[in-house]
Parts: sequence; structure tokens; C-alpha cells
Amino acid sequence: MTWFNANTDKVWDLLLSHLWLSGLPILLGFVIAVPIGWFANRHRRLRGTILSLGGILYTIPSLAFFLVLPSIIGTGFLDPVNVVVALTVYAVAIMVRSAADAFESVSPAVLDAATATGFAPAGRAFLVELPLAGPVLLAGLRVVAVSTVSLVSVGALIGVSNLGSLFTEGYRTDNDAEILIGVIGIVGLALLFDLVLVIAGRLLMPWAYTGGQRTPIKPIVSFAQHLGGVG
Amino acid sequence: MIEYRSIGKTFADGTEAVGDFSLQLPSRTTTVFVGSSGCGKTTLLRMVNRMVDPSHGQVLIDDVDVATRNKVELRRSIGYVMQEAGLLPHRKVIDNVALMMRLKGASKKEARDRAHEVLETVGLDSSLANRYPAQLSGGQQQRVGVARGLVTDPNILLMDEPFGAVDPIVRDELQQELLRLQRELDKTIVFVTHDIDEAFLLGDQVVILKKGGEIAQVGSPADILAKPANDFVSSFIGLDKGRRTLHVEERNGTRIVVDESGKATGVLAE
Repeated sequence: MTWFNANTDKVWDLLLSHLWLSGLPILLGFVIAVPIGWFANRHRRLRGTILSLGGILYTIPSLAFFLVLPSIIGTGFLDPVNVVVALTVYAVAIMVRSAADAFESVSPAVLDAATATGFAPAGRAFLVELPLAGPVLLAGLRVVAVSTVSLVSVGALIGVSNLGSLFTEGYRTDNDAEILIGVIGIVGLALLFDLVLVIAGRLLMPWAYTGGQRTPIKPIVSFAQHLGGVG
Repeated sequence: MIEYRSIGKTFADGTEAVGDFSLQLPSRTTTVFVGSSGCGKTTLLRMVNRMVDPSHGQVLIDDVDVATRNKVELRRSIGYVMQEAGLLPHRKVIDNVALMMRLKGASKKEARDRAHEVLETVGLDSSLANRYPAQLSGGQQQRVGVARGLVTDPNILLMDEPFGAVDPIVRDELQQELLRLQRELDKTIVFVTHDIDEAFLLGDQVVILKKGGEIAQVGSPADILAKPANDFVSSFIGLDKGRRTLHVEERNGTRIVVDESGKATGVLAE
């Protein structure tokens, strides 16, 4: 506790950089993965290939990825952009499968009805398919959020400051309190992200919580399979 | 008027849903396609709003080939009511109905006002307007489906087994409601069912279909009953089992109507 009181500003700074280093990849990963998942679900023959590609991306060891990226995208070794790009790739890798499952979960009868009552293709995609895929997308996004928050800490090993830096520094200086604060900070941040997502889901999709429908647990199961399949 | 001109449909997998079908559906009347599954009745219905495009032949609405019309515009000009209502689960009842107006370019307020009006027309309490479809009973959902089909005041209403999934009492209620609406609104209705009693109740023109969209008989319910074209029709409408051959018997001073097997089906009005 004394260490924390003496270093509040430092912890706060690290928390903020951890926040944006994880928030940005979660957001980018979602925005990139949703159209890919939609496409994969639409083109059944390409679905397998696209999803396997996602699985393969996820097997790249994160530390190696952080180190190789600068030579691929031409950034400096200490550039936080490396962490953001790498984590976005992981987020996409996980999220694409969830997104494909999410669009698959939309009832074909409802889509048929939407077409028959005069929705144009784009209107149907944005006004019907996307919102109805929402509950499963949200479940996938929660997995991505937690996974990304924890992966950011690896960035500390290549010198990008975040709450993970408390691990490396605490280990070096044999400071258990500092490591503990790092753990608490990361877990707290993951829970915060999760809470924000759950609340956003309730606000954006009130229809999913009115009884009748339940959020399917399929994405969590598929995530487990996804990890099992590559591990 | 809707006209089928020697139309046929073979699906990509090789199934021939409709072989060669021609028929005229007079305006402001109800035509019912009735037949067992695989007779192509739904395919015929869905050709009207181009949910299915024919392999050969033409469908004309007021002498215009639907193939020449933009699919989306065409569908917006035709009401469509389907089995299990097909409502959008993420939109409130009122929005499900109003959305069709919005798609046609009506303002938000105009769309809502019209939606409220048409919900009342189909006999739905306005307190249900702000619920989600999942919070309604099957019969109520189906009424919303009908309201949605009517909201833009289309000339043509396509109904694909709309009352197939509700219980018999509610179905009876919805059928009576549809008859009442049709007396008021005078639409050209194309109705698909596998239930011959429903077909006779609702249809001005009933089309009995065999496999592959082959017409077994076309006519008013009375014509078909009086003069079934062949054994297939007799059997399909239940003449062969004596279900429709009725006679009067006297029981305890009341004259009741009995079918061939002796089952009482009604009372003779004095």
C-alpha cells in the first residue's frame, strides 16, 4: 500500500496507456471483423478458409509478433503502434469466427420476410441482419475485450509502457506490491470493459432481454473450440 | 388483375415446382391456391412479388410483366403476410408496422400515425403497440403481420399460410376478421393454404393444385362442390368420404344436419 501511495501518478499513467492500448484494438478488431464475418457467412464455400486463416493468425506467438512487426510495417521498435496493430490482428482473428456465428444465428425466416416486405439488400444488412446478430456479436466482443486487456501486458517486454510494466519492473526490483497492483489493475480494467459492454448491450438491444430470446452461449463454446483446435 | 402466362419453375437443384401454369386472378377478389405440400402453391405466390423468378413464362400485374419491374419497388407495392408472422424481433410492434411506410419514404410521424390506425383496423389494442413481437401471443403476432401487410394500402395482398401456426379457435377468429377486412378494403388477395375448409371459407376463386402446379380444378367453392372435375378433386375436398354429403334427420323434434357416416354437423335453420 505504501508503494501504491508513493506511485499513484505512475500507476494512473500506466492505466491510461493500458486503456487506450487495449481499447483501440478492441474497437478496430470489431469494426474489421464484422464485415469479414458477414462475408464468410454469406459465402459458405469460403467460410472454412476464412475462419481457418483467423485460427492460424491467433497461433502467432505475441512476443515474436511484437518484435517482427516493425520490419513489416516500418515502425520503430518502441512504437506503441506495434502493440496496437498486433492486438488488432488477434482481435480480428477471434472476432471473425464469432461474427460468422452471429450472422448464422439470425433466423432465415426473418431475413426472408424482410426481403419480401421490401428491404433493399443494404437496408436489410444494416437494419435487420446486424442488429439481430447483436447478442452473439456482443458475446464474442466480451471474449475479445478480456483477451486483449491481458495481452497488452506482453507489450511491456518490448518496452511499451502499460500496466504490464509493473510486472517487469516489480520482478526486477523484487517488489511484490508493485506486481500485485499490476494484477489488480489489469483484472479491474478487464472487468470494467466487460461491464461497459454488458450495459451497452442492454441499452442497444432491449429486445434481447424481454424474455423469449436468450443470448446464445455458442460464441464462447466456439472460442473454446477455436483455442482447442490450434493448441 | 394478376395473370400467370404459361409459367414454370425448376429450381437449381432440379426440382420442378411448377410445370406449366396459366391463370387469371380477377381484381378485388380472393383467390386461394390449395394443395398438399409440393404442389407449388407457395412458389406460385412468391412469383407475384419476384421472391421467385420463373424459369419460363410471365406474371403480369395489370398487364405489366413483373420481370420488368424493380424487385424492391415491386415488393414495397405489395402486401405480404406469412406463416408465423415473420415480424422483426428487434423492433416494437408499432415500428414493425411503421417501417413499411418508412421504406416507402413517409415521414416518421406520418408512418406512426398510419401504423396506429391500421393496428386498430386489425383489432389490436393500442397498449400492445410498444411491445416486442416475442411478448405477444401467436394470434396477436399474426394480426400485426396482417397490419404490416396493409399499412401501405397496397392493391395486392399475398398471404402464405398466414394462419397455419395458430390454434383452431384463434384461426377461426382470424379468418372471420380477414373476411370482414376484405368486405371493407376490397383487395386483390392471393392466399395459400393446405386446408380445403379455409380455402372454401375465404376464396372467391379456389384453385386446387396437384403436384407440379398442375390445376386439378378452378372455380367458386359452390361450383367445385357441385361439380368436382375428377376423382382427385372429390377426394381432396372430402366428397368421397361422405364428409360433405349431408342430409337432414329429426332428433327430438329438432331437424339436424348429418353427414354420410351419421356424424352430426349442424342444425337446420327454421
